[in-house]
Amino acid sequence: MKYNLVCGFETHIELSTKEKLFCPCKVKFGSEPNSNCCPICIGAPGTLPALNREAVIYAIKMGLALNCKINLFSKMERKCYFYPDLAKAYQISQNDLPLCGPGFVELDSGKKIRIHHIHIEEDAGKIKNESDGIYVDYNRSGVPLIEIVSEPDISSIEEAQEYIEKLQLTARYVRVSDARMQEGSIRCDVNISVKPENSDKLGTRIEIKNMNSISFIAKALKYEYERQVDVLESGGQLIQETRRFNEQKNCTEGMREKEDASDYGYFPEPNLPSICLEQEKVDEIKKNLPEMYYSRKKRYISLGVPEKTASLLVKYVNVSDFFDSAIKNCKSPERVANLIIGQIFSFLGSETEKEEFKISVSPQDLNYLVNLIADNKLNMASAKNLLSSALEGKGNLKDLIDKFISESPKFDLKAICSDCTEACPEAVQDYLNGKEKALQAIIGKVMAKTRGSANAAEAKNIIISIINEKKDVEKN
Amino acid sequence: MSKNKGLIRKIHDALVAKKVSCLELTSWYLREIEKSDLNAFITVTKEQALESAKKVDEKINKGEKIGLLEGVPMSLKDNFSTKGILTTCGSKMLENYVPIYNATVYEILKNQGCVLLGKNNQDQFAMGSSNETSYFGPVKNPHDKTKVPGGSSGGACASVASGLAAFAIGHDTGGSIRQPAAFCGIVGLKPTYGAISRYGIIPLASSLEQAGPLTLTVEDNSIVYDCLAAHDPKDETSSKIERKKTFNSLDDSIEGLKIGIPTNCFEGSDKEVYDAVEKAAKFYEKFGAKITYFAFPEFDLSMPVYCVLGRAETASNMACFDGIRYGYKYKGEYSDVNDLMAKTRSKALGDEVKRRIILGSYVLNTGYHDALYKKSLGVKKLITDKVAEKFEEFDILITPTSPTTAFGFNYAGDDPVKMQLADICVVNANIAEIPALSIPCGYDSNNLPIGMQIMSKCWSEDLLFRVAYKYEKENFFAKIIGGVQFEI
Repeated sequence: MKYNLVCGFETHIELSTKEKLFCPCKVKFGSEPNSNCCPICIGAPGTLPALNREAVIYAIKMGLALNCKINLFSKMERKCYFYPDLAKAYQISQNDLPLCGPGFVELDSGKKIRIHHIHIEEDAGKIKNESDGIYVDYNRSGVPLIEIVSEPDISSIEEAQEYIEKLQLTARYVRVSDARMQEGSIRCDVNISVKPENSDKLGTRIEIKNMNSISFIAKALKYEYERQVDVLESGGQLIQETRRFNEQKNCTEGMREKEDASDYGYFPEPNLPSICLEQEKVDEIKKNLPEMYYSRKKRYISLGVPEKTASLLVKYVNVSDFFDSAIKNCKSPERVANLIIGQIFSFLGSETEKEEFKISVSPQDLNYLVNLIADNKLNMASAKNLLSSALEGKGNLKDLIDKFISESPKFDLKAICSDCTEACPEAVQDYLNGKEKALQAIIGKVMAKTRGSANAAEAKNIIISIINEKKDVEKN
Repeated sequence: MSKNKGLIRKIHDALVAKKVSCLELTSWYLREIEKSDLNAFITVTKEQALESAKKVDEKINKGEKIGLLEGVPMSLKDNFSTKGILTTCGSKMLENYVPIYNATVYEILKNQGCVLLGKNNQDQFAMGSSNETSYFGPVKNPHDKTKVPGGSSGGACASVASGLAAFAIGHDTGGSIRQPAAFCGIVGLKPTYGAISRYGIIPLASSLEQAGPLTLTVEDNSIVYDCLAAHDPKDETSSKIERKKTFNSLDDSIEGLKIGIPTNCFEGSDKEVYDAVEKAAKFYEKFGAKITYFAFPEFDLSMPVYCVLGRAETASNMACFDGIRYGYKYKGEYSDVNDLMAKTRSKALGDEVKRRIILGSYVLNTGYHDALYKKSLGVKKLITDKVAEKFEEFDILITPTSPTTAFGFNYAGDDPVKMQLADICVVNANIAEIPALSIPCGYDSNNLPIGMQIMSKCWSEDLLFRVAYKYEKENFFAKIIGGVQFEI
C-alpha cells in the first residue's frame, strides 16, 4: 500500500523587540548567564507582567504578512506546568482567543499551507548541564515569541522545507525576527502522521519536538515516515507520542506519551487585561508593511533579472533592500544583480554574512560603477578589480573609481586602433570575408598597447568603423 | 483620644512641635513590640527603623517641612515584598526569603518617609481567617488573648489595636483586611479593585485581592488611602482612572443617604452582632437617611464563586514555589528534578495551602474546567452587574463585617468550610470589585469588638469614608489596648 505523509508545524519565532514581553529587560543574546534578567523574568513572588505593546505590533505584522485575520479582541492565558526553566511555573501564552486567526503560506507551486492561528507567548529559560551540576539560565526567560500553528497540509519533505523557509523569509521581511535556526530564534515542533493513499482518515499523530535545523527536519521526516509505514505494514499500531530527533544516530526516539493539551489547566491571566485593538491601527500597520519577497521577485524579473538570480536576491532581505537602492536610476539592473550574487556573495561566503550583508560598499556607489560600465567608460575587468578593493576595505568605491579614471593613461584610442588595424591586414581580410571573430586579434593588440585599460567593446566598435571607412574609400 | 483628630495627625503635630522626636517615638514602639506577647510581628526592622527615624529628626531640626506620614511608625503584612528585608508570607517555604525588590506600596510609604517597624504575622500565604495557619504560630487578639485576631491580616490588625504600630497595611482577597479589623476593633478598607498597586504583593488570588490601610480611626484610613491610591505602570490591573482625594471631603454632608440592608447577609449572625450593626445603620436616620431592607440572593453565590476562582488562581500562583529559585529547598535525597520539586512542596507548604492547591488544580482540570471555572467566571460577572444595579438604588449597603465576634483558637477544628464561612459577609466586595470598609460599632457582652461593613459602588471610597466619619464622630469605639498610648 502507498502511504501519504501528513505533516503540520508549530513554529516558534523569537521577536526582536527591544525589550522582553513583560519587563524592561533587553532582548539580546550571548550575555553572561543570569545577567540579563530582573525580578519579573525570574518570577520573583509578587512581580507582575506589563505587556510590551511593541511585541503585539510585531505579531500583528507577522500575522498580516501571512494573510491572517487579526482578532481585535484577544486574551493572554496561563499555561500551567512545572519545569525548572519556567520561572513562574506557568507560561503566559494565549489559548482560547489568540491574536491572529486563520491565514496561509503560499508555496511556489501555488499550494496554500493553511495557518490555524498565531499567538503570542513568553519564552522560558535554558537548562545547562555542567560538569558540576545542572544550572538554569533565565536570560531567555520572558523573550517574546510567536507560535505559528499550521494545519496538517504539508505532504512532502520538500514542502516542509519550503514552508519553513517561507516563514523565515516573511519574518525577516517584516523585520520582526532574524529567524535563525542555528541560534534558536526559530524553532519547530513537527506533527507527522501517515495515511493510506486513498483514505481521508488521519493517522496517529507523532510530535517531534524542538527541531532547530532544516536539514534535520528533512531527515527526521524521512525517518519518521519510513518508521510509521513499517509499523503499519507489519500490522503494528502507532501510539500518540512525543519523539526527539537524535542527530548522531539520525533517527527519532520516543520521549514521553503525549498528554492531553488541556492538562495544562489554561485559564485567563488575571494580571493582564484583554488585548483590544482598533481596526484603524491594524489597517495602518498593514499599509506600512514592507513589500514582500514574492512581489519583489516578480518586479526584479520584469526589470530583466533572470529568475534564478531574482530568487537569490530576495532570499536575503538585506540584499534585496540593497539591490533596490542600487537600481535607482540604473542603466543595467541585471549587471547590479550579477555583481551582487557573483562577486559580492563570493566575497562574503557564509550564509550568515549574506543575511547580514554588511559590506563596505554603498548601493549608490555600486550604481555609479554599473552606470560607468554601461556607458563604456569602464571595462568589466577594471570594474571588478575596483569592486574587490572596495569590498576589502581599501577605500570608498566611488573614490577608487574616480581615482582610477583620473590616473588612467591618456591615449588616443582611435589612433591606436588605426595602427593595430593596419598591422593586421589578414585579420581585416578575414573580417571582410565574414569572420567576425578575426577582430579579436586586433582587439588583443589594442589591449596590449593600452595595458588593458582600454574598453574592449569600444575598441571593437572603432576598429569596425575604421575597416568600413577604408572599404568605402577603396570602393570609391 | 479625641474624636476629631486621627492618630497620624496627632503624631505629625507632635513631631513638628518637637514634643517628641521621631527617634523617641520609634523607640517606644520598638520597645512595646519587644514587650508584646501577641506574636504580631514576624520580623522587626529595628536598625532600619531607628535609621529612618533619625533622618526625619534631622529634617525637623533643620526646620524643613515634613509630610503628614513622614516619621509615622507603621508595619506591613509579611506578604509585601521588601528589598533586603525578610518576607515570609507566614510560611516555612519563605522562612528565609529576602526579596530583591520592593512592592510599590512599600516604595510609596518609604518615599513618604514612613518608619517601617517590621513585618506582621499572617496566615500562611494569606490562606485563613484566624491567623492560625501561620508557620510562625498564631497571633493573639489584644482584646482577649484566648481569641484569634482574625485573618489573614491578623498580625497587622493586632499591631494597630495594641499600639505596636500607628497604622499597618494589610491585604484582602476575601475579607483578610476587614474581618480581622472587626475582630480587633479597628478600621480596615478593601479599596476598589485596581485602586492600589498590587506589584510586589505575594499573591493569593490575583483577580480578587487589594492592599488596604488598617488604622485606628477613619481619618487615618483616609490619609493612608489617599497616599497609596495611584496608577502603577508595573501593575496592569491598576486603573488609570483619577482617584478622588478622600481626606478633604471627610466632613462633607451625607444628607439624604440611601442605605440598603441586604437581609441575607444578616442571617446566621450572632444576635449581638445583628443588633449592633442594625443600630449603627439606624444612626444615619438623623441625617435623613432612608433605610431599605431587601433580599439579595446573588450575594449567596459569592462564596462558592470565590472558592472556585480563588482556588484556581491560588494553585497557579503557588506553583512557583518549587525550590529552584528561592525559598525552601528540600535537603535530603531526591531522584530527579520533579522529585525535588515534589518533596520541597510537600515539606514546606502547610495543610491549608495544599488543600487549596489541590482544589484549584481540580477546578482547572480538563473535565471540570467548564462546569466549575468558566461557570464561576460567568456568575462573578452576574454578581458584579447585579451589585452595580443595586447601587443605582442605594448609595451604600450595610452588613455585619463578620457574623460573629472574635472566636477562640481551633474554632473550626478540622472543618475548613466552617472557617471559610467567617468571611461570608466580606467576600462579596471582592467578587463585585467594590470598595468596602469595616469600622467598629460596639462591643458584645464579652467585651469583644463588633464590626460594621459599609460598601459602596466602585471608586466611591470618598463616600465610604464620609459615611464612616460621621458615625465615628459620635460613636467612637476604637481603643488602643496597651502599647504606645498616644495622648499628647
